[in-house]
Amino acid sequence: MIHGSAPGFAMLNSATVNPASSRVAPPPLQVESVVKRFGAVTAVAGVSLEIPAGACFGLLGPNGAGKSTLIRSIMGRVRPDSGSIRIFGAPVGSTSARADLGWVPQELAVYPLLTCRENLHAFGRYEGLSGKALEEAIAWCLDWAALADRAKSPVKTLSGGMKRRLNMAAGLIHRPRLVLLDEPTVGVDPQSRNRIFEMVEALRASGTTIIYTTHYMEEAERLCDSIAIIDHGEIIAQGTKDALVARSFGSRSSVTMHFGATRVDLAAWAARRGGSAQDSMVLCSVEKPAEIADWLDAASREGLEVLDVTLQRPNLESVFLHLTGKELRA
Amino acid sequence: MIGAILQTSFRSLRRDRGAFVMSFVLPIGFFTIFGFVFGSMRGSSTPRVTVLLVDEDRTGASRALVQGLLREPSLDAMTHPKATKENPAPADYTTATAEAAVRSGVAPAALIIPAGFGANPIAFGPNSESGAQRATFEILHDSADPVAAQVVAGMLQKTVMMVLPATMATMGSQYFDREIGGLTPQQRRQMDQGLARLRKMQDEDAQPSAGAQQGQAAADDQSGMVAVHVRDVVGERKKSPMISYYAAGVGVMFLMFTASAAGGSLLDESESGALDRVLSARVTMTTLLAGKLIYCALLAFAQLTLMFLWAALVFHLDFFSHIPGFLVMTAITSFAVASFGMLLASLARTRGQLGAFSTLIILTMSALGGSMFPKFIMSDLMIRVGYFTFNSWAIEGYQKIFWRDEPIRSLGPEAAVLVTAGLAMFVMARWFARKWESV
Repeated sequence: MIHGSAPGFAMLNSATVNPASSRVAPPPLQVESVVKRFGAVTAVAGVSLEIPAGACFGLLGPNGAGKSTLIRSIMGRVRPDSGSIRIFGAPVGSTSARADLGWVPQELAVYPLLTCRENLHAFGRYEGLSGKALEEAIAWCLDWAALADRAKSPVKTLSGGMKRRLNMAAGLIHRPRLVLLDEPTVGVDPQSRNRIFEMVEALRASGTTIIYTTHYMEEAERLCDSIAIIDHGEIIAQGTKDALVARSFGSRSSVTMHFGATRVDLAAWAARRGGSAQDSMVLCSVEKPAEIADWLDAASREGLEVLDVTLQRPNLESVFLHLTGKELRA
Repeated sequence: MIGAILQTSFRSLRRDRGAFVMSFVLPIGFFTIFGFVFGSMRGSSTPRVTVLLVDEDRTGASRALVQGLLREPSLDAMTHPKATKENPAPADYTTATAEAAVRSGVAPAALIIPAGFGANPIAFGPNSESGAQRATFEILHDSADPVAAQVVAGMLQKTVMMVLPATMATMGSQYFDREIGGLTPQQRRQMDQGLARLRKMQDEDAQPSAGAQQGQAAADDQSGMVAVHVRDVVGERKKSPMISYYAAGVGVMFLMFTASAAGGSLLDESESGALDRVLSARVTMTTLLAGKLIYCALLAFAQLTLMFLWAALVFHLDFFSHIPGFLVMTAITSFAVASFGMLLASLARTRGQLGAFSTLIILTMSALGGSMFPKFIMSDLMIRVGYFTFNSWAIEGYQKIFWRDEPIRSLGPEAAVLVTAGLAMFVMARWFARKWESV
């Protein structure tokens, strides 16, 4: 059972809101022109972002795109060379920002020899909780992560999915208003993944702002209402899923055709017709499915053997491939 | 096939610096330390024994004996404390000051040349046959060093033989005269001339030589040229003199391993990502290191307490009469060792690297500092080098408490060194830990 809207959680969330800022509340995350270089390599090249309260914001990017550096900058673990990052208006690293920000790292950053309860207790203390507030936070986390019956089990005895859930709970023990989930479903089975989705949805329903990074497009499509794609250290696209698809493909659908061996220059042939080719595969787009017949006729006239044809409505995967030229999971 | 296996193995070894160090540097390092300790590289298999000389006789014979002992290469003999700025011309040792010095660990033995030695310096056979009562030498001994008294006694007999030729000849002729029935006047004249030459040589040898600072001691022995009585002035009522030494020595060595492993949790947390998570909370690196330091120190304190309790239970160490001193020494030793563990962890980049280098450093420090073999078999140089290790200072402090029954205030030097070193290493650990902070 997921109890994202548990009274205790809502109460503590609201308790962290600064009444003075209620009239003109600063956004949960404000990134302005952040640049970070490591020697000659520019990992983040002037990124600017602003995430509204209550949003679930997807951050996608291929490996080496600068996503991790940006995340670590938001966490205060990387100092940008220039630009600024503010959490609910407070500079990263400040006590206020630390209190408002929760981080669930990709790694299982928990103590393997401690029990679930002991881990949550430790991370709660690190976040400055104690006494009744800490006990309530632990109880809520165990309930939220569906680990109440395993509270006294050492982490090393848990399944992979349970460890992931505990990893998430440890990042939320202090009830932050902004949570950064860094690939929280890596290496878990589909059943556990669904449970994690439910946890994220419950969290979102409680009003928590979420930044979600993933390599799985279906996760971003299901959970995120706004998405940014980062490549070569820059945000190359940002918006809702539908807006991103429309911007890249309009109302057209993508077509993939595979051909048998041929002496015809497929790339030149596809280019003449407004498509592109990779080896024996041709990619193109059509406004209406009936337009596929024109492509098949043209192929027949050239003597090309068509092995299969796929028509697909563009999705995030298509957008990502279109914008970065890379598969997200590559 | 085997070639490929060999190639892969050697490539892996070459790139695993920790394993490489353990395979080649550690054995060579230890061989070198053992070589120095046992003197094989110095051409001498026996380290010099420090002995304090007290001349209560103050005759030509006793002065000649003192000079001979000062020249004896196997002894580090001293007639007075070393000069200092406060006391540029220290007085010669007396029996009382020499005994106090042995009690406080300045030297493992003191040799008292008794009044009356010059009048009847040597004898052949027991007192009753020599016709006169021989004066008996006394060796004041710290029984924590079981070798010193034996070496001093042996060197005393040797030196008497070497530096008192006229006395030897005179006493021999008297013995011959008495036992055989007397010499003719001509034989007596010739013998007197020969003895005069020998006396001249002996007197010349009795003049103090500038800069000579050597000496030695003896065991209970009435059958040699001179009579010797050995008296333990430290630990005379104690059992098992080396128990407190090794409880401290072995304890500190394993403490350092424990501290290194505990400090290594930083590396584990760094690799698992937990360190990032902790540091992104409200915990600063200084707070984190301080927490780890206190944990290591408490662990070390518990280990040392257990070690000494075990020594009391099994080896009858008088633990319960020395609890205040034990608490002071254990607190400062635990702090220093914990800081050492923090420093090692902050220097290492991986667990493997930490394991290799901590093993190398800890075993080296333990060998030099006296955890592996007692200091009295080490050369002077090695003992001086040992003062750069925790082991040496910790062992010395525990010996003061448990062996010499010294008061807590005598732990000043050990406390100063261990606390200062601990603080310095913690500051260094904090400096190197910057690598885990924001980049």
